[in-house]
Amino acid sequence: MLSRTADHLYWMARYIERAENLARLLDVTYQMSLVPQSPEAANQNWNAIIVLNSLEQPFAKAYGEPTAENVLRFMVRDEANLSSIYGCLRAARENAHAVRGTLTTEMWETINAAWIDLRSQSFEQIMAGGITEFFEWVKLRSALTRGVTFGTLLQDEAAHFIRMGGLLERADNTARILDVKYHFLEPVGDGEGEDGGVTDFYQWAALLRSLSAFEVYRKVYRDAITPARVAELLMLRMDMPRSLHHCLDKVNHLLGLVANRQSSETLRRAGLLHSRLHYARIDDVLAGGLHETLTEFMDDIYDLGNRISQDFLVPA
Amino acid sequence: MTQPSFYDEMYGADATVRPHYQTYQRWLAETADERIARKRAEADIAFRRVGITFAVYGEEAGTERLIPFDILPRVIPAAEWQRLKAGLKQRVKALNLFLHDIYHGQEILRAGRIPREQVEGNAQFRPVMQGVDVPAGIYAHIAGVDLVRAGAGEFYVLEDNLRVPSGVSYMLEDRKMMMRLFPELFSRHKIAPVEHYPDLLLETLRASAPNGVADPTVVLLTPGAYNSAYFEHTFLAQQMGVELVEGRDLFVDNDTVYMRTTQGPQRVDVIYRRIDDDFIDPQVFRADSMLGVPGILKAYRAGKVTLANAVGTGVADDKSIYPYVPEMVRFYLGEEPILNNVPTYMCRKPDDLAYTLAHLPELVVKEVHGAGGYGMLVGPASTQAEIEDFRQRLIASPEKYIAQPTLALSTCPTFVESGVAPRHIDLRPFVLSGKEVTMVPGGLTRVALQEGSLVVNSSQGGGTKDTWVLE
Repeated sequence: MLSRTADHLYWMARYIERAENLARLLDVTYQMSLVPQSPEAANQNWNAIIVLNSLEQPFAKAYGEPTAENVLRFMVRDEANLSSIYGCLRAARENAHAVRGTLTTEMWETINAAWIDLRSQSFEQIMAGGITEFFEWVKLRSALTRGVTFGTLLQDEAAHFIRMGGLLERADNTARILDVKYHFLEPVGDGEGEDGGVTDFYQWAALLRSLSAFEVYRKVYRDAITPARVAELLMLRMDMPRSLHHCLDKVNHLLGLVANRQSSETLRRAGLLHSRLHYARIDDVLAGGLHETLTEFMDDIYDLGNRISQDFLVPA
Repeated sequence: MTQPSFYDEMYGADATVRPHYQTYQRWLAETADERIARKRAEADIAFRRVGITFAVYGEEAGTERLIPFDILPRVIPAAEWQRLKAGLKQRVKALNLFLHDIYHGQEILRAGRIPREQVEGNAQFRPVMQGVDVPAGIYAHIAGVDLVRAGAGEFYVLEDNLRVPSGVSYMLEDRKMMMRLFPELFSRHKIAPVEHYPDLLLETLRASAPNGVADPTVVLLTPGAYNSAYFEHTFLAQQMGVELVEGRDLFVDNDTVYMRTTQGPQRVDVIYRRIDDDFIDPQVFRADSMLGVPGILKAYRAGKVTLANAVGTGVADDKSIYPYVPEMVRFYLGEEPILNNVPTYMCRKPDDLAYTLAHLPELVVKEVHGAGGYGMLVGPASTQAEIEDFRQRLIASPEKYIAQPTLALSTCPTFVESGVAPRHIDLRPFVLSGKEVTMVPGGLTRVALQEGSLVVNSSQGGGTKDTWVLE
């Protein structure tokens, strides 16, 4: 398939996944803001979203204070913010439009209809309809796109690059959310088994919920929520669909399917990254420093994305 | 109606329904208005969701509009179509022979049938094509010939579009929509199918591959997502199952064209290009073109790749050459033309210019190189100031213009705000030249939705109708 086509498909999937993850994060932050807390603490939570997306400067310039309304306005419907949900769905639609001949009719109509819906609503209208309902809508559109893709698209290279884009984006997002929130929540002291109190419980639960991992956690551990187990679930559990290990396992497999004459180094690095997660133990990860491990992982994911671009999507 | 009486496709004298519309008329009479209204709304939603839109030049970048679709079909009886078909085949054959001739022996010029300077001095004449042999001598693989019915009902050729004619996707989507909205109409009539157009097109393109290529790789070259016809490019590529490529997806190495794929470079043999000559190769034509492929013309001239349509076809559909097409039919085929030309005044000739200037309020004046309904004067529908403006332009550079009588274009009943009313229409059949000349029955019917308007171009607010050739 054409490299440019693969590139558009890959980024279409990344942007949809990004919009979904953003909706999850904003949703959980909003839910958390309903728990009684000081205004400073509330703003700190909202500000974390700006930091997570490295948007401190443009945000400060356009909005100033990281209040709930400012952050929501900026991250949901600001047309100038390429990282807003609006920006992501617009970019996804533009990428889809460029290769609509490769998409099935159902895929195109799903993506185009989502865009048309979103475009016609102002921020005020979204708020009036209920912000939680809006986040549900974004998640549902993403799920619908994924479902329609796997339900209708020929499982050839096009499907492989779409999946790869979504999985790499998801791995990156999970790592980012875990890194920021863990920092913020990590109990001072030895951590393991310590009860951080009711507020902490809500915070950890919220983090899990933002990754659709709360019920999974209960099912897997059948025990109290501890930071170490949260880290383990989101990084190392192979059967958790939003974990780093799960994403890299699939990316590794997909790279094998699309391999070409120049991609062997990329496959080797992806394999290495996968084995590090596959054979890791959470105690060792925490002992070595979670932040350091996640930073390294995000760098590796970034490198992998670049290498995939060079080998397949934008060859010289 | 105080208007002059136009030929109406559905109604004859005394408002009697013509025979080929009678079944439809009965259906219309027994169908509730609410159902029609509901179906019209349904069509609108469906077209928007599928994204059958076109970009409009001169408006905010990226503006997309829906081309209005009218549910009242344009019906052509079988005998009439047979005659049109024979005329179209004849005309396109002659045009291809003409193109081959002027880029080789130039016999028609030596015979004095067309003034040499009219061809060689034409901006669309491409000296770079002289002596180049293209497969099977086909230049215009795809021709969109614009026909209008005027006066008492006779057809005229208005334009031969031989460069990158568009609109065929609307023909196909309009049919799909009609079958979805009103399946019962298709069981009541015997309507000739058009859905196999993409197969015919692919066959035509494959048959035009460079000599010795047994299983050619065909691609469709688009200027990109911001082109007004981008929907059609994606549609046709998908229907034919070929790659839709942009200039940056292709490169030339050792006179061979390749596309960049995820599995490495892949050779390309036939390019259905929807890019104008001027933009196709920055090394030869416009150096600032970002849309084309550097070096592609060299590969083309070396016979390593086929471009469809060929480079240099514009000289044959230019409005200054148009008056000579009947002469081409006689010269190359030894036949009398089946289809009429519209009488044309060539303003470069002093007599014709004098006549034109004296009759501006009743003539249509067109730029010789214009297209898409831009830059033309429709005398009867223009203000005194507009006419004077054109008069100055004509006097300043008469060679840039031709003039034709304002044709009383036929009308077809059309759904408008106030109900059903007659609106002017034209017809663009798509003629394919490969091993043989083929076409699907009918073509695209365009309709001028504004009352009294004669301009049917989508860029000027025109709509489309499904076109039925009855078997």
